[in-house]
Amino acid sequence: MKVLVAVKRVVDYNVKVRVKADGTGVETANVKMSMNPFDEIGVEEAVRLKEGGKATEVIAVSLGPTQCQETIRTALAMGADRGIHVHTDVELQPLAVAKLLKAVVDKEQPQLCILGKQAIDDDANQTGQMLSALLGWAQATFASKLAINGDGTANVTREVDGGLETIQVKLPLVMTTDLRLNEPRYASLPNIMKAKKKPIEQVTPEALSVDPAPRLKTLKVVEPPKRKSGVKVKSVAELVDKLRNEAKVI
Amino acid sequence: MTTLVLVEHDNAALKSATLHVVPAAQKIGGDIHLLVAGQNCRAVAEEAAKIPGIAKVLLADDAAYANRLAENLAKLIVSLAPNYSHVLAPTTATGKNVMPRAAALLDVQQISDISAVESADTFTRTIYAGNALATVQSTDKIKVVTVRPTAFEAVAATGGSAAIENAAATGDTGLASFVGQELSKSERPELTSARIVVSGGRGMQSGDNFHMLDKVADKLGAAVGASRAAVDAGFVPNDYQVGQTGKIVAPDLYIAVGISGAIQHLAGMKDSKVIVAINKDEDAPIFQVADYGLVADLFQAVPELEQALSK
Repeated sequence: MKVLVAVKRVVDYNVKVRVKADGTGVETANVKMSMNPFDEIGVEEAVRLKEGGKATEVIAVSLGPTQCQETIRTALAMGADRGIHVHTDVELQPLAVAKLLKAVVDKEQPQLCILGKQAIDDDANQTGQMLSALLGWAQATFASKLAINGDGTANVTREVDGGLETIQVKLPLVMTTDLRLNEPRYASLPNIMKAKKKPIEQVTPEALSVDPAPRLKTLKVVEPPKRKSGVKVKSVAELVDKLRNEAKVI
Repeated sequence: MTTLVLVEHDNAALKSATLHVVPAAQKIGGDIHLLVAGQNCRAVAEEAAKIPGIAKVLLADDAAYANRLAENLAKLIVSLAPNYSHVLAPTTATGKNVMPRAAALLDVQQISDISAVESADTFTRTIYAGNALATVQSTDKIKVVTVRPTAFEAVAATGGSAAIENAAATGDTGLASFVGQELSKSERPELTSARIVVSGGRGMQSGDNFHMLDKVADKLGAAVGASRAAVDAGFVPNDYQVGQTGKIVAPDLYIAVGISGAIQHLAGMKDSKVIVAINKDEDAPIFQVADYGLVADLFQAVPELEQALSK
């Protein structure tokens, strides 16, 4: 079974983003970029499937500018076998990403695609569901446990609002990862060196016959309103008094 | 212009999230129809029909929708969507699961988790864990939108009397089936709609220690939440998580106990009206958003708080 994982290059989760003064977006120049944390969990799950003998090959796909190759290299260092880079400088929105990934899937024919449940930049939480829809496959979003059964099905435990839910889905499958699926490994230095020799194929949206043009126009990006600073209280008694008599919330 | 709203429910009762999506639909303008898809869920449709200002309730009662599997539900939405200018759902586990699937089948770029309606085609939503607000305009014919329930004041649950019509079921795709669920049982209010939330973080040190928060919550009629760190450490189940990728809450009062205040957590609670932070580290970032900060050892302060609330 081939497994395809999608990996997105995003502003590192530790960076406090700044809104650009002209209101067109957030500052991404000279900012540390990393693999989307949910995608790291996806790569880890795929690599574990391979180590457990369930998967034969793990392909990491990233879409965007040249620097996405660094993100693919990270996946390769974690244990993915090869990479595919869909090279474009166009702003990619989830529907376009799903269409591009579908074109890659049509070519590679994996049985399982793993994506992060959401990217920590646009917080859209759409791409996996959209890819599944375009492929006409089953979907298992927000996964915290995956068990591949022998009969062409998988059982997936999902994190839902009230707790956990388990569904059985037919393969091929698109799964999106939630936080508790696994704890991603750190790539070792020898594996980082080895990853440099692994192949990355480059394709373009034109070659995949997909129009990636955005459908949503971003009119402006602003900073959220700031909370006015509060006060320190000295004791529990003072706190309860303030909540009762000043804020009047209890 | 007519908007279809996917109703959040569990086959037995309508969930309050829906009452927070209707005002977003009202702001868009035009007629509002509600879609109740489930099994043996006529009672939900009857409840939905009582929401004021609703033109019609569509009821799709079929085994295929019993557990709101995305494959079946998206197909139903796609069959109805051509009659609508907008299709809305709350940003819940179901909304997040189903709506992008329907959007892709309609060749529409969904707008996720909006916090404001600017006009019929323009919406505001948070990006980067709430550190930026983006205003986006859709160029698609049908607008598929998920709505952040805490960003809109709920409409009344009763007073209306809309007609209920049956909607034709669209069958079972056979791609997925429901096996079972483990839902957290609690007598307390639901986290996302509670008026008061008491949350614990890594500082709680163990799941047992969360019982201290339970006692405070019971005194206040509050829900109990947690930071990601506390969930990852196994102190409490996943459905407690408040934050960028967990639940978004905006109660009247949010009490953060032993939570340092990573931006990912702040993204889930900083729209609360009053924020209290109890932490022994006076430099913890949570104090930057807190209206009332108490620098103290939580193991002393929390039992003291429980006692003070009894008075």
